[in-house]
Amino acid sequence: MDFDYGPEVEAFRAEVRDWLEANLPAGQEDSIRETFAGDERDTFMRDWEAKLRDAGYIGIAWPKEYGGRGLSTLELLVFNEEMVKARAPQRLNFFGEGLVGPTIMQWGTEDQKKEFLPKILSGEHVWCQGFSEPNAGSDLASLATKAELDGDEWVITGQKVWTTVAQYANWCFVLARTDPEAKKHEGISYLLVPMDQPGIEVRPLKQMTGDSEFNEVFFDEARCPAENVIGGVNNGWKVAMTTLGFERGGSVTTSYLRFSRELRRVIEIAQKFGKTKDPLVRQDLASHFTEVEIMRYSGYRTLTSVLAGKPPGPESSISKLYWSEYHQRVLKTMMDIRGLDGEIIEGEGYELDQFQYAYLFGRSEVIYAGTSQIQRNIIGERVLGLPREPKPEKSLSS
Amino acid sequence: MNFAFSDEQEELKKSARRFCEEQYSSETVRRIMETESGVDEELWTRMAQELGWQAMIIPEEYGGAGFGYIELIVLMEEMGRAVVAAPFFSTVCLAANTLLVAGSDEQKQELLPGIAEGTRIATLALTEESGRWDADGVMATYSKNGGDYTLNGKKMYVVDGHTANTIIVAARAEGSTGEDGVSLFVVDAEASGLSRRPLQTMDQTRKQAEVTLDGVSVAGSALVGEEGNAWLAVTKVMDLASVALAAEQVGGAQMCLDMSVDYAKVRVQFGRPIGSFQAIKHKCADMLVEVESAKSAAYYAGWAAREDNEELPITAPLAKAYCSEAYFHCAAENIQIHGGIGFTWEHDAHLYFKRAKSSELMLGDPSYHRELLAQRIGL
Ligand SMILES: Cc1cc2nc3c(=O)[nH]c(=O)nc-3n(C[C@H](O)[C@H](O)[C@H](O)COP(=O)(O)OP(=O)(O)OC[C@H]3O[C@@H](n4cnc5c(N)ncnc54)[C@H](O)[C@@H]3O)c2cc1C
Repeated sequence: MDFDYGPEVEAFRAEVRDWLEANLPAGQEDSIRETFAGDERDTFMRDWEAKLRDAGYIGIAWPKEYGGRGLSTLELLVFNEEMVKARAPQRLNFFGEGLVGPTIMQWGTEDQKKEFLPKILSGEHVWCQGFSEPNAGSDLASLATKAELDGDEWVITGQKVWTTVAQYANWCFVLARTDPEAKKHEGISYLLVPMDQPGIEVRPLKQMTGDSEFNEVFFDEARCPAENVIGGVNNGWKVAMTTLGFERGGSVTTSYLRFSRELRRVIEIAQKFGKTKDPLVRQDLASHFTEVEIMRYSGYRTLTSVLAGKPPGPESSISKLYWSEYHQRVLKTMMDIRGLDGEIIEGEGYELDQFQYAYLFGRSEVIYAGTSQIQRNIIGERVLGLPREPKPEKSLSS
Repeated sequence: MNFAFSDEQEELKKSARRFCEEQYSSETVRRIMETESGVDEELWTRMAQELGWQAMIIPEEYGGAGFGYIELIVLMEEMGRAVVAAPFFSTVCLAANTLLVAGSDEQKQELLPGIAEGTRIATLALTEESGRWDADGVMATYSKNGGDYTLNGKKMYVVDGHTANTIIVAARAEGSTGEDGVSLFVVDAEASGLSRRPLQTMDQTRKQAEVTLDGVSVAGSALVGEEGNAWLAVTKVMDLASVALAAEQVGGAQMCLDMSVDYAKVRVQFGRPIGSFQAIKHKCADMLVEVESAKSAAYYAGWAAREDNEELPITAPLAKAYCSEAYFHCAAENIQIHGGIGFTWEHDAHLYFKRAKSSELMLGDPSYHRELLAQRIGL
């Protein structure tokens, strides 16, 4: 066992640190919500993203041939660590760089890689994820949006929902049923669809935080080229599982940094309010500290197996369940410590502070990317090998 | 960057598992736990002489094998998996660690080779009737007359105190309070004025004793570390022992999960394996998350103990608190998942449940360790 990253990686860390010092405007708070309000925030995020791009800090671990820098997993990790330490805002384009990009890299044809990957990095394509539907959430494979070939184009009709950032995105990776006769997991294809066309309508939905991040997306004979299928026609379920693996496991090695910074703030608030003398609060804070540290240690274990060349498997459900459930507990402590102060919104509109926002948003973290119940099913069945639930007998329902 | 056991450590783990499964089968553990001593001399000797386990963390100059703490936690995990009944925790994790942390060269020369060879059972007598693990719990006293010391008081819950040949006793200078005045003494179990009484324990696989000191006289050379200033050493020993115990708890918790999953796959009710019911499946999933988290904590703490670095005081209580609760929870769920059979004496589930509870309380309960942690992170 050793936790050294080695001199080369440390040299890269120094480079990143210097660059951030020179380029990230001073006065960053822990959360971008505290640094800027509303519109200013959006403008800043876009400019910041462009700065990163110009300096070659986007897609740093992607192969050079697709516009990346070809750096190692460790260097990517160090980059992310330094970004968090410098309080740089969380990256935009998670769906492109974090989800569909790696999926295309794993399943795409050479032409698809050349076409799509560089445009993710250049920011030309901004992606959203069109998986969930009104009647297909946890049971994603029962989705009903259908796609039919019309000459050299797919024609797509149906509805997606909870589609995050669909209002800003110009591309969507869509799961659609391409063989209505096949078994439910076998007739699905993974399509790449441009958003800017008459057959697509996006309607923002207001979330309990007051923000509108997610949307309904209606497809009415929307079109995309026939070759925009990833991983082959009717093979979309497997491809989707790859995407979900990245979504669930993506940040296991760095997310503790954010949680540890957040916890430090919670402790500061507790101290400010004189609550750290309360033995129960001390117990809670020590518990949270323990859980964040364990997140760090477990991250090292994951990193070790990634470095040994093992791809992320169903084990990513363990970390998703762990951090999302942890986050609810620490945010409850935070609200209890603040008391009614936590209820008061300063300023105009429903502009929540960092912790109020986190507290409410925490409710979604145990839902998106697979609910906690679904994660437990996956852990039980795919990691521990417990038997699946029997299918309900069809004959009884008619 | 590598947070995994080395090939040699994996090999050690495998051979330890084999030895425990073959030699410390449930049948053997049950036979040993029925005895008053709680030790099978022959197995204890083989453990030392064939496998060198007692020697593992003892440096070569004192007759040991000179390995580090990671090898120790590998062994502890496997012994926890088999609920091995033997005076290993007391002899190695408590006594040998105390000598390594605070003993003089002569004390190490005198005592460690016997421990390494398996001819000396040793323990640390810290707690008393109050059951406290902090300095205030030490009420036994010593007084100095000439170069010798006289010890008085009653030590309780002394792990393997009734079979130990050597007992390291914590006592305080008469009239002192708190951390000041606490000293450690090496006391021979046969010393005159020392009497001991085995205690009946709910967890029969780990024995405890009462040790009474009635004017026990020891030479000045029995003092371990500085007179009146031993609390710092005790703290360090508690951290090291916590790490070892956390690893043992990981092994026990993993075994409970394995038993639960195996049973949930084969036990059929309502025409289907019970593991297909979410109420059971989700329990198992939660157990796995805890077991994996407990491993991360115990292994990282093992690394900090090997490096003896500044993270040890943080990660040791953290690991002890987390692994204690994880083990207890897994052991309790294991009984529930087994239903009536899990409540029988015949089934092994209760051995784990009882060990989980005794080890949760040993060295201080999880709340105690969280409070330690809180203090150490500046809360
Ligand atoms: C903030 C946010 C952002 C999102 N962004 C996106 C996005 O960008 N793209 C996208 O495609 N989707 C997105 N989603 C959708 C998300 O993936 C789904 O909400 C999620 O998969 C659950 O589906 P559902 O909402 O239909 O709930 P349901 O599946 O109806 O679940 C309702 C309840 O039933 C439980 N349940 C369901 N099935 C089982 C079972 N087999 N066993 C036990 N319990 C069960 C669930 O755990 C839950 O508690 C987002 C969701 C949120 C909250």
